[in-house]
Amino acid sequence: MNGFLVFPIIIPLIVATLALLFRKSSVMQRWIGVTGMVILLASVIVLFRDVYVDGIQVLQLGDWDAPFGITLVGDMLSMLMLGISAVMGLIIAVYSLYDIDKERERFGYYPLLHILLMGVNGSFLTGDIFNLYVWFEVMLIASFILLALGNSKNQLQGALKYVIINLFSSLLFLFGVALLYGMTGTLNMADLAQRLPEVENVGLVTTVSMIFLVSFGIKAAIFPLFFWLPASYHTPPVAISAIFGGLLTKVGVYALIRVFTLLFTQDIGYTHTILMWVAGFTMVIGVLGAASHYEFRKILSFHIVSQIGYMIMGLAFNTALGLMGAIFYVLHNILAKSNLFLISGIAQRLLGTFELKQMGGLYKHYPFLAVLFMISAFALAGFPPLSGFWAKLTVVKAGLAVEAYVLTATAILVGLLTLFSMMKIWLTAFWGTVPEKGVPEHFGKIALFGAGNLYIMVVPVMAVAGLILLVGLYAQPLLEVCLIAAEQLLNPSVYIEAVLGPQ
Amino acid sequence: MKSLILHTATRLMIGILILFSLFLFFRGHDEPGGGFIGGLVGAGAFTLYAIAFGTDLTRKVLRVDPITLIALGLASLVVSGVIPLITADPFLTGKWLFLEWGNSDIKLSTPLLFDIGVYLCVVGFIVTVIFSLEEEN
Amino acid sequence: MDTILPIIAGAIFASGIYLLLRPSLILTIIGIILISNSVNLALFTLGRISTENPPLIAAGSVMPEVPFANPLPQALILTAIVIGFGLLAFALALAYRSYKELGTVDQDQLLKDPEDTSTAIVNNTDNTEKRDV
Repeated sequence: MNGFLVFPIIIPLIVATLALLFRKSSVMQRWIGVTGMVILLASVIVLFRDVYVDGIQVLQLGDWDAPFGITLVGDMLSMLMLGISAVMGLIIAVYSLYDIDKERERFGYYPLLHILLMGVNGSFLTGDIFNLYVWFEVMLIASFILLALGNSKNQLQGALKYVIINLFSSLLFLFGVALLYGMTGTLNMADLAQRLPEVENVGLVTTVSMIFLVSFGIKAAIFPLFFWLPASYHTPPVAISAIFGGLLTKVGVYALIRVFTLLFTQDIGYTHTILMWVAGFTMVIGVLGAASHYEFRKILSFHIVSQIGYMIMGLAFNTALGLMGAIFYVLHNILAKSNLFLISGIAQRLLGTFELKQMGGLYKHYPFLAVLFMISAFALAGFPPLSGFWAKLTVVKAGLAVEAYVLTATAILVGLLTLFSMMKIWLTAFWGTVPEKGVPEHFGKIALFGAGNLYIMVVPVMAVAGLILLVGLYAQPLLEVCLIAAEQLLNPSVYIEAVLGPQ
Repeated sequence: MKSLILHTATRLMIGILILFSLFLFFRGHDEPGGGFIGGLVGAGAFTLYAIAFGTDLTRKVLRVDPITLIALGLASLVVSGVIPLITADPFLTGKWLFLEWGNSDIKLSTPLLFDIGVYLCVVGFIVTVIFSLEEEN
Repeated sequence: MDTILPIIAGAIFASGIYLLLRPSLILTIIGIILISNSVNLALFTLGRISTENPPLIAAGSVMPEVPFANPLPQALILTAIVIGFGLLAFALALAYRSYKELGTVDQDQLLKDPEDTSTAIVNNTDNTEKRDV
């Protein structure tokens, strides 16, 4: 029992409640919003230490013993995901101080952001499959409103696609849960992991696993279920795009990792082969989509899809090295991807557009911003010594170890193509000449750290770029922690024993 | 909506509906009923009022902004969950306080607090939705 | 019942899929509602149906009269219904809003890719000016 486990869930809830109560005052909202994120980060750090020192932590909510009550489980994977979500929450909250307008603040931007984080954290912590559904819905409803907040035409169009496809995927998930319950009579994931191997009809279990693959696959935006993502993620304000692009799809990836290591390991030859194919296609199609677009955020959206492929690839190998690579990739990708979104926001503030064809001259007038972009973009493409290099290296090594040569070659090739799209942005927006018309008057005149308060947007970007450098130059500790997480995943009996007690 | 029948009926009904919603709410302690269904009936009362007399008057009758109701409901939920933390029990553990008052026992508990939160949230949520849809026109 | 209910659930699911694929946005949402109900029905059926006592504890005793029904599927369905209710209320409001804003419920026109998203950030200038003061 570790009472602390509930804090990453209730802190955002308390903060959201306070922010709702003081919603009339925008100053209070901002203070509460940012302070809440700091407290959340602190609580996650405390928990991380507990898990690192003492192994998997468990909390039975309401004092109802597993498998009857709802269990919260914190293993290393959960902790890493919680940590990155808290860091991103803080970054986004600070960035929003400038990016989010008064109107959205009045309609409850900060409470919604915290509710979103509560849903995300709950998904990472819960040890009950039905409870996972509930947290997904908490996350979804907050994301729906955040996406539609502001009611502009573009946002409504984006939100409609997002809402309908996500509703459908949640219903599929619920249907899968119903089948699991019908087969085993339990919903606790540790208990399920124990009872699923006893089910005689292995074919049925595999079918259910495919239902989960489709449902989580829609949320994680894998091939061929990703079309909603590039169609909606570039419509809301940048801060919201960034947290969606960074965190939300990764919750789907987390759920896939969880169920395909803990629950569905009966027929690995079948399920994980499908995962491999999916991973390959996701990488290639995503990066090709990015190559054909000329809108800053749309390119980034397609890259989200492409990068998801690498994570699924690591999962599909089902080895310690592969899972370690997948987890490291998730962490690195959240940092790099969100940062690119945040930079696109600054570029839009300066140039007034997201269309690459109407952008240019950023390198000449804002060299510091160019450096920040380069760090994130090269990290995404996997240049040494940045974080992406270690992520790709681990996944590729895992691929060579299981002799999946074609898939590994694809992964390396896709890395090159990623570089191509990043170069496209670099050559037009940064190295290109300043367009002759349509450039706002303030371009080149306001400084990044000048009177315009633009520094509120630049400081979070600097912080993330610093983290990317840190992870890149000093990767060993994080890689080791990822390896611990991967080993815990491959040995479900530890998880089961932590939840249900010694067998 | 301008209709004498609706106006008169609403004046009669609103009291009964709110009373019934409270009845359902308290009944939920041991028998079918509870915060959710009670909240639905309560929200129904205010929705009826909003249809009959418009949202401005309903806001006056309600006195509190519906979003504040949601916030108060959430606060009540949080408090009911956090109380057991004081005695180092897990979040959401049920805590009971039995009081004797004259001949009757009074049972106060964190589940009751939780239920009040649910009630407030449901009323607040539905009334918010109805108001924003009504005010659209 | 054990054979009829799954068939009904399947039929409702199929109708939902059919409606989901119609061009009108309203039909799509009705399709989602149907699917949601069929999934709830499936959840109910998979919890095993039997004629037993309700799982309510009478005053003075500590457990319900045996044999009593399994209350868990009902609790799950109730949760799913409540969540579905909230989400669908939102989806309908969104559809209504889009109809007002875009003037159509035909998805071929409604869901065309937004052209220029740079305008998504409303009150852009207003925002910066106020904070400079």
